Amino acid sequence: MSEPWWISVVKGLVLINLLLLVFSYATLIERKVIGRMQLRYGPNRSGPFGIAQPFADLLKLIRKESFFPAAAVDVLYVLAPLTAAFAAMTAFAVIPFGPGWEVAGYHIAGQMVDVPIGLILVFAIGSVGIYGFIVGGWASESKYSLLGSMRTCAQLVSYEVSLALSVLGVVIMGQSLSLPELVEKQNGTIWFVVPQLIGMLVFLFAGTAETSRAPFDLPEAEQELVAGYHTEYGGMRWGLFTMAEYINLITLSGLAVTLFFGGWLGPWLPGPVWFLVKLIIILFVFIWLRTTVPRLRYDQLMRFGWKVLLPVATVNAVVTAFFVVLI
Amino acid sequence: MADTNPAFGSLKGFAVTFKQLFKKPITQQYPEYKRPVYPRWRGRHRLWRHENGLEKCVGCSLCAAACPADCIRVVAAENTPYDRVSAGERYARIYEINISRCIFCGYCELACPFDAITLGNEYELSEYNRDDQIYTKDMLLAPPIKQVPVADPELYDTPIPYYKSHS
Repeated sequence: MSEPWWISVVKGLVLINLLLLVFSYATLIERKVIGRMQLRYGPNRSGPFGIAQPFADLLKLIRKESFFPAAAVDVLYVLAPLTAAFAAMTAFAVIPFGPGWEVAGYHIAGQMVDVPIGLILVFAIGSVGIYGFIVGGWASESKYSLLGSMRTCAQLVSYEVSLALSVLGVVIMGQSLSLPELVEKQNGTIWFVVPQLIGMLVFLFAGTAETSRAPFDLPEAEQELVAGYHTEYGGMRWGLFTMAEYINLITLSGLAVTLFFGGWLGPWLPGPVWFLVKLIIILFVFIWLRTTVPRLRYDQLMRFGWKVLLPVATVNAVVTAFFVVLI
Repeated sequence: MADTNPAFGSLKGFAVTFKQLFKKPITQQYPEYKRPVYPRWRGRHRLWRHENGLEKCVGCSLCAAACPADCIRVVAAENTPYDRVSAGERYARIYEINISRCIFCGYCELACPFDAITLGNEYELSEYNRDDQIYTKDMLLAPPIKQVPVADPELYDTPIPYYKSHS
């Protein structure tokens, strides 16, 4: 028996709040970890160990003045951050965090919606989210924003190709586009990370660029390029853009866990716990990467995307297909 | 080999940042811990009196003339036998320092012929109101309310100038 509508509603509410909680504490953990790696403490003033910092940030952002640039296109200017945040939160719906449970005769799936083409859906919704970034820069009627959004557009479009190609190996090996099925394929055997190590590395690199994080954070290089598409945004609208970026990162890490690290699979502990542990490890790797590697120059970024990642991802997919057909 | 390959160099960087994670941060938690300032640190001004209670300042306005930020205002008045304020012929009826304009260059203490004004070590000078940042003569004559820790002068080989040690 499938889920009645009220279970979906309750699950949706719980999931979205959990996602936002993980996001807000991911910002805190990121600042703390980067701080410790630079021999600083990171935020430690609001509450013990800075526990209340995400809420302090939220209050500060909400209470800030809500301003418009005089020449901004009103509707698009407001809609752009909403689109980005909406798409980011939607994409998480298909990430499976558990095998599903039978409770009182109802089957509760281990994800928000179980669609047979979950993997394609994640990329499709991610592309919709990119509109938020591009339109936001264009609608602010500022040359820095416009240039920034063009930069973002070029980077995201270039790296999306490699990102999609890098998971092709897993799809060929798992012979499915449904995320829970791909996880089940890893049950009992080795995780896909072992045969698809190159695919995993390409996925992580392209994913870093796709979520515009350091060292590929040219869309928001606040130190040297006057931020980018969100130069003219402030307060919670800016917060929504940042939130979209972080939730994209969480979704991407969740996707990496699902595709390469066996999703919820693991001994002793229940599935969601394993999923969360793996998610946090991947997030830590992203944070580690951010604080270690300096930002790339724009031509280096493009060269790396087209001349290194794309050929490697293509060759990886072709070789995988070759082996799958052969064996 | 490993040193010339850029990929190995990047991996070495990851090891460095990971090791940093387990070191103690070098941050000094400021409001709780105040790092002792250098003994010749130039902070809040101080006006001085002679041992008999008379003010050292004679209202000559040399400090105001030397001030590059133009933050000192001196209005002098004559001492009378019945109302003797300073040791000289005249005294400073008004002596004000606008601490928000002061650049703490120390030219006033160099210009002063009687070592009446020196710069102390206090640096916590912020206020909620700009008017509160104009220090009057009474405030400058009184010892500062907030004191900051000062490092031991023996730790440094620079001599303390005469006008600092004999005010």
